[in-house]
Amino acid sequence: MLDKSFIGLETEPRSAEVEKGQLRFFARATGETNPVYFDEKAAKAAGHPALPAPPTFLFCLDTMAPSSESIMGKLGVDIGRVLHGEQQFTYGKPIYAGDTITMKTKISDIYDKKGGALDFIVQDMEAVNQRGESVGVSRTVIVVRNG
Amino acid sequence: MTITYESVEVGDDLPEHTSAAISRHTLALYCGASGDHNPMHVDIDFAKKFGMPDVFAHGMLSMAFLAQLLTKWVPQERIRHWGVRFTAITPVHARVICTGKVVEKFEKDGEKRVRLEINAKTDGGLHTLAGDAIIALQ
Repeated sequence: MLDKSFIGLETEPRSAEVEKGQLRFFARATGETNPVYFDEKAAKAAGHPALPAPPTFLFCLDTMAPSSESIMGKLGVDIGRVLHGEQQFTYGKPIYAGDTITMKTKISDIYDKKGGALDFIVQDMEAVNQRGESVGVSRTVIVVRNG
Repeated sequence: MTITYESVEVGDDLPEHTSAAISRHTLALYCGASGDHNPMHVDIDFAKKFGMPDVFAHGMLSMAFLAQLLTKWVPQERIRHWGVRFTAITPVHARVICTGKVVEKFEKDGEKRVRLEINAKTDGGLHTLAGDAIIALQ
Protein backbone atom coordinates (compact mmCIF):
# COMPACT_ATOMS: atom_id res chain seq x y z
CA MET A 1 0.00 0.00 0.00
CA LEU A 2 1.15 3.52 -0.77
CA ASP A 3 2.09 6.00 1.90
CA LYS A 4 -0.96 8.24 2.31
CA SER A 5 1.20 11.06 3.67
CA PHE A 6 1.84 11.96 0.01
CA ILE A 7 -1.73 13.31 -0.18
CA GLY A 8 -1.44 17.07 -0.70
CA LEU A 9 1.95 16.86 -2.40
CA GLU A 10 2.32 19.50 -5.13
CA THR A 11 4.80 19.44 -7.98
CA GLU A 12 6.95 22.33 -9.11
CA PRO A 13 5.46 24.09 -12.15
CA ARG A 14 6.73 22.68 -15.45
CA SER A 15 6.29 23.99 -18.99
CA ALA A 16 5.91 22.59 -22.48
CA GLU A 17 5.80 24.36 -25.81
CA VAL A 18 2.98 23.34 -28.15
CA GLU A 19 4.86 22.39 -31.32
CA LYS A 20 2.94 22.22 -34.60
CA GLY A 21 4.99 19.26 -35.82
CA GLN A 22 4.02 17.35 -32.69
CA LEU A 23 0.34 18.22 -33.28
CA ARG A 24 0.60 16.84 -36.83
CA PHE A 25 2.30 13.70 -35.51
CA PHE A 26 -0.49 13.27 -32.93
CA ALA A 27 -3.13 13.71 -35.66
CA ARG A 28 -1.43 11.01 -37.74
CA ALA A 29 -1.03 8.60 -34.82
CA THR A 30 -4.71 8.93 -33.89
CA GLY A 31 -6.02 8.61 -37.46
CA GLU A 32 -7.41 12.14 -37.39
CA THR A 33 -9.24 13.04 -40.61
CA ASN A 34 -10.36 16.59 -39.76
CA PRO A 35 -7.81 18.88 -41.49
CA VAL A 36 -8.29 21.58 -38.85
CA TYR A 37 -5.92 19.49 -36.70
CA PHE A 38 -3.08 19.09 -39.22
CA ASP A 39 -3.48 21.69 -42.00
CA GLU A 40 -2.82 25.32 -41.00
CA LYS A 41 -4.88 26.65 -43.91
CA ALA A 42 -7.89 24.63 -42.79
CA ALA A 43 -7.36 25.73 -39.18
CA LYS A 44 -7.25 29.40 -40.18
CA ALA A 45 -10.28 29.00 -42.46
CA ALA A 46 -12.14 27.64 -39.41
CA GLY A 47 -11.21 30.76 -37.42
CA HIS A 48 -8.21 29.45 -35.48
CA PRO A 49 -5.00 31.53 -35.27
CA ALA A 50 -2.87 28.36 -35.57
CA LEU A 51 -3.28 24.58 -35.34
CA PRO A 52 -5.44 23.82 -32.28
CA ALA A 53 -4.41 21.17 -29.76
CA PRO A 54 -7.06 18.41 -29.76
CA PRO A 55 -9.05 17.70 -26.57
CA THR A 56 -6.74 15.14 -24.96
CA PHE A 57 -3.47 16.85 -25.91
CA LEU A 58 -3.23 18.64 -22.56
CA PHE A 59 -2.45 15.24 -21.07
CA CYS A 60 0.37 14.81 -23.61
CA LEU A 61 1.82 18.22 -22.79
CA ASP A 62 1.90 17.18 -19.16
CA THR A 63 3.85 14.05 -20.11
CA MET A 64 6.21 15.92 -22.42
CA ALA A 65 7.08 18.82 -20.10
CA PRO A 66 10.62 18.35 -18.81
CA SER A 67 10.54 17.82 -15.08
CA SER A 68 13.20 17.03 -12.52
CA GLU A 69 10.77 15.01 -10.44
CA SER A 70 8.28 12.34 -11.41
CA ILE A 71 5.30 11.73 -9.14
CA MET A 72 5.50 7.97 -9.69
CA GLY A 73 9.21 8.02 -8.86
CA LYS A 74 8.59 10.03 -5.72
CA LEU A 75 5.92 7.56 -4.61
CA GLY A 76 8.18 4.62 -5.44
CA VAL A 77 5.72 3.23 -8.02
CA ASP A 78 7.02 1.00 -10.80
CA ILE A 79 5.77 2.15 -14.24
CA GLY A 80 5.08 -1.49 -15.19
CA ARG A 81 2.42 -1.70 -12.48
CA VAL A 82 0.32 1.32 -13.38
CA LEU A 83 -2.98 1.45 -15.23
CA HIS A 84 -5.00 4.53 -16.15
CA GLY A 85 -8.19 4.46 -14.10
CA GLU A 86 -9.99 7.70 -14.92
CA GLN A 87 -9.38 10.90 -16.85
CA GLN A 88 -11.30 14.17 -16.83
CA PHE A 89 -10.79 17.54 -18.53
CA THR A 90 -12.43 20.91 -17.96
CA TYR A 91 -11.44 23.54 -20.51
CA GLY A 92 -10.56 27.22 -20.38
CA LYS A 93 -8.95 29.12 -23.27
CA PRO A 94 -8.11 27.05 -26.35
CA ILE A 95 -4.54 25.77 -26.74
CA TYR A 96 -2.75 26.54 -30.03
CA ALA A 97 0.55 25.72 -31.68
CA GLY A 98 3.13 28.19 -30.43
CA ASP A 99 1.67 28.44 -26.93
CA THR A 100 3.73 27.63 -23.87
CA ILE A 101 1.69 25.77 -21.29
CA THR A 102 2.73 25.71 -17.65
CA MET A 103 1.31 22.95 -15.47
CA LYS A 104 1.36 21.98 -11.84
CA THR A 105 -0.09 18.91 -10.24
CA LYS A 106 -1.34 18.08 -6.77
CA ILE A 107 -1.97 14.64 -5.35
CA SER A 108 -5.53 15.07 -4.08
CA ASP A 109 -6.10 11.57 -2.75
CA ILE A 110 -4.61 8.12 -2.33
CA TYR A 111 -6.79 5.15 -1.45
CA ASP A 112 -6.67 1.40 -1.82
CA LYS A 113 -9.15 -1.34 -2.72
CA LYS A 114 -9.23 -5.12 -2.59
CA GLY A 115 -7.29 -5.31 0.66
CA GLY A 116 -4.41 -3.26 -0.69
CA ALA A 117 -4.06 -5.20 -3.96
CA LEU A 118 -4.85 -1.97 -5.83
CA ASP A 119 -3.79 1.57 -4.95
CA PHE A 120 -5.47 4.60 -6.50
CA ILE A 121 -3.63 7.92 -6.92
CA VAL A 122 -5.81 10.96 -7.70
CA GLN A 123 -3.90 13.80 -9.37
CA ASP A 124 -5.33 17.24 -10.14
CA MET A 125 -3.49 19.35 -12.69
CA GLU A 126 -3.91 23.04 -13.52
CA ALA A 127 -2.61 24.50 -16.76
CA VAL A 128 -2.09 28.12 -17.88
CA ASN A 129 -0.78 29.61 -21.12
CA GLN A 130 1.99 32.20 -21.60
CA ARG A 131 -0.51 34.97 -20.83
CA GLY A 132 -1.41 33.41 -17.52
CA GLU A 133 -4.89 32.41 -18.75
CA SER A 134 -6.29 29.08 -17.60
CA VAL A 135 -6.43 26.60 -20.47
CA GLY A 136 -7.95 23.90 -18.33
CA VAL A 137 -7.75 21.57 -15.41
CA SER A 138 -7.57 17.82 -15.46
CA ARG A 139 -8.03 14.97 -13.05
CA THR A 140 -6.12 11.72 -13.52
CA VAL A 141 -6.67 8.58 -11.48
CA ILE A 142 -3.81 6.11 -11.70
CA VAL A 143 -4.28 2.52 -10.51
CA VAL A 144 -1.27 0.65 -9.14
CA ARG A 145 -1.34 -3.17 -9.26
CA ASN A 146 0.42 -4.45 -6.16
CA GLY A 147 -0.22 -8.14 -6.88
CA MET B 1 -25.45 20.08 -40.50
CA THR B 2 -24.91 22.46 -37.61
CA ILE B 3 -25.98 21.03 -34.28
CA THR B 4 -28.06 23.45 -32.22
CA TYR B 5 -29.71 23.18 -28.82
CA GLU B 6 -33.13 23.18 -30.47
CA SER B 7 -32.14 20.53 -33.03
CA VAL B 8 -31.20 17.88 -30.47
CA GLU B 9 -33.45 15.85 -28.18
CA VAL B 10 -32.73 13.71 -25.16
CA GLY B 11 -32.24 10.18 -26.49
CA ASP B 12 -30.54 11.27 -29.74
CA ASP B 13 -27.49 9.25 -30.72
CA LEU B 14 -24.34 10.87 -32.09
CA PRO B 15 -23.04 9.45 -35.37
CA GLU B 16 -20.86 6.50 -34.39
CA HIS B 17 -17.09 6.80 -34.81
CA THR B 18 -14.93 3.72 -35.30
CA SER B 19 -11.13 3.72 -35.30
CA ALA B 20 -8.90 1.71 -37.59
CA ALA B 21 -7.61 -1.54 -36.08
CA ILE B 22 -4.89 -0.73 -33.52
CA SER B 23 -1.68 -2.32 -34.78
CA ARG B 24 1.64 -2.49 -32.96
CA HIS B 25 2.73 0.21 -35.38
CA THR B 26 -0.17 2.41 -34.18
CA LEU B 27 1.05 1.96 -30.61
CA ALA B 28 4.62 2.88 -31.58
CA LEU B 29 3.39 6.03 -33.34
CA TYR B 30 1.14 6.96 -30.41
CA CYS B 31 4.02 6.40 -27.98
CA GLY B 32 6.10 9.01 -29.83
CA ALA B 33 3.25 11.37 -30.65
CA SER B 34 1.76 11.48 -27.16
CA GLY B 35 4.96 11.58 -25.13
CA ASP B 36 3.76 8.55 -23.15
CA HIS B 37 6.84 6.37 -23.38
CA ASN B 38 5.68 3.68 -20.96
CA PRO B 39 7.21 0.50 -22.47
CA MET B 40 4.09 -1.47 -21.46
CA HIS B 41 2.47 -0.37 -24.75
CA VAL B 42 5.30 -1.15 -27.16
CA ASP B 43 7.69 -3.69 -25.60
CA ILE B 44 6.28 -7.21 -25.20
CA ASP B 45 9.29 -8.30 -23.09
CA PHE B 46 8.51 -5.54 -20.61
CA ALA B 47 4.79 -6.41 -20.59
CA LYS B 48 5.54 -10.07 -19.82
CA LYS B 49 7.94 -9.09 -17.05
CA PHE B 50 5.03 -7.35 -15.33
CA GLY B 51 2.62 -10.23 -15.76
CA MET B 52 0.77 -9.12 -18.89
CA PRO B 53 0.49 -11.57 -21.82
CA ASP B 54 1.08 -8.86 -24.44
CA VAL B 55 1.35 -5.12 -24.89
CA PHE B 56 -1.96 -3.26 -24.82
CA ALA B 57 -3.20 0.07 -26.13
CA HIS B 58 -2.85 3.31 -24.21
CA GLY B 59 -6.14 4.25 -22.58
CA MET B 60 -5.53 7.79 -23.82
CA LEU B 61 -5.47 6.55 -27.43
CA SER B 62 -9.07 5.39 -27.03
CA MET B 63 -9.91 8.68 -25.28
CA ALA B 64 -8.48 10.46 -28.35
CA PHE B 65 -10.90 8.41 -30.51
CA LEU B 66 -13.75 9.48 -28.21
CA ALA B 67 -12.56 13.09 -28.65
CA GLN B 68 -12.95 12.57 -32.42
CA LEU B 69 -16.52 11.37 -31.82
CA LEU B 70 -17.18 14.72 -30.11
CA THR B 71 -15.29 16.97 -32.55
CA LYS B 72 -17.03 15.36 -35.54
CA TRP B 73 -20.31 16.40 -33.89
CA VAL B 74 -19.45 19.92 -32.70
CA PRO B 75 -16.39 22.21 -32.85
CA GLN B 76 -13.97 21.49 -30.00
CA GLU B 77 -14.56 24.92 -28.39
CA ARG B 78 -18.05 23.71 -27.42
CA ILE B 79 -16.70 21.04 -25.07
CA ARG B 80 -16.86 22.36 -21.51
CA HIS B 81 -16.00 19.26 -19.52
CA TRP B 82 -15.69 15.54 -20.10
CA GLY B 83 -14.33 12.51 -18.43
CA VAL B 84 -14.09 8.76 -18.69
CA ARG B 85 -13.40 5.68 -16.61
CA PHE B 86 -11.20 3.06 -18.23
CA THR B 87 -13.20 -0.09 -17.57
CA ALA B 88 -11.07 -2.67 -19.43
CA ILE B 89 -7.72 -2.88 -21.19
CA THR B 90 -7.87 -2.39 -24.97
CA PRO B 91 -6.04 -5.26 -26.68
CA VAL B 92 -3.82 -4.84 -29.72
CA HIS B 93 -5.64 -5.37 -33.08
CA ALA B 94 -8.95 -4.04 -31.69
CA ARG B 95 -11.05 -1.47 -33.49
CA VAL B 96 -12.54 1.05 -31.06
CA ILE B 97 -16.22 1.82 -31.57
CA CYS B 98 -17.19 5.17 -30.01
CA THR B 99 -20.79 6.06 -29.26
CA GLY B 100 -22.58 8.96 -27.63
CA LYS B 101 -26.12 9.76 -26.58
CA VAL B 102 -27.79 12.98 -25.43
CA VAL B 103 -29.06 12.31 -21.92
CA GLU B 104 -29.88 15.81 -20.61
CA LYS B 105 -30.55 19.35 -21.83
CA PHE B 106 -30.02 22.19 -19.36
CA GLU B 107 -28.90 25.78 -18.92
CA LYS B 108 -25.93 26.79 -16.81
CA ASP B 109 -23.71 29.90 -16.62
CA GLY B 110 -25.98 31.57 -19.19
CA GLU B 111 -25.36 28.81 -21.71
CA LYS B 112 -27.53 26.11 -23.24
CA ARG B 113 -25.81 22.80 -22.64
CA VAL B 114 -26.31 19.11 -23.19
CA ARG B 115 -24.90 16.18 -21.30
CA LEU B 116 -23.79 13.22 -23.37
CA GLU B 117 -23.22 9.70 -22.20
CA ILE B 118 -20.18 8.39 -24.11
CA ASN B 119 -18.78 4.88 -24.43
CA ALA B 120 -16.03 3.00 -26.19
CA LYS B 121 -16.22 -0.68 -27.01
CA THR B 122 -13.91 -2.90 -29.02
CA ASP B 123 -15.12 -4.79 -32.07
CA GLY B 124 -14.58 -7.86 -29.89
CA GLY B 125 -17.33 -6.63 -27.54
CA LEU B 126 -15.18 -5.36 -24.65
CA HIS B 127 -16.54 -2.24 -22.95
CA THR B 128 -13.36 -0.18 -22.50
CA LEU B 129 -14.31 3.41 -21.66
CA ALA B 130 -17.42 4.91 -20.06
CA GLY B 131 -18.02 8.55 -19.34
CA ASP B 132 -19.86 11.75 -20.04
CA ALA B 133 -19.37 15.10 -21.71
CA ILE B 134 -20.89 18.55 -21.23
CA ILE B 135 -21.29 20.43 -24.52
CA ALA B 136 -22.44 24.03 -24.95
CA LEU B 137 -24.80 24.57 -27.91
CA GLN B 138 -26.36 27.67 -29.43
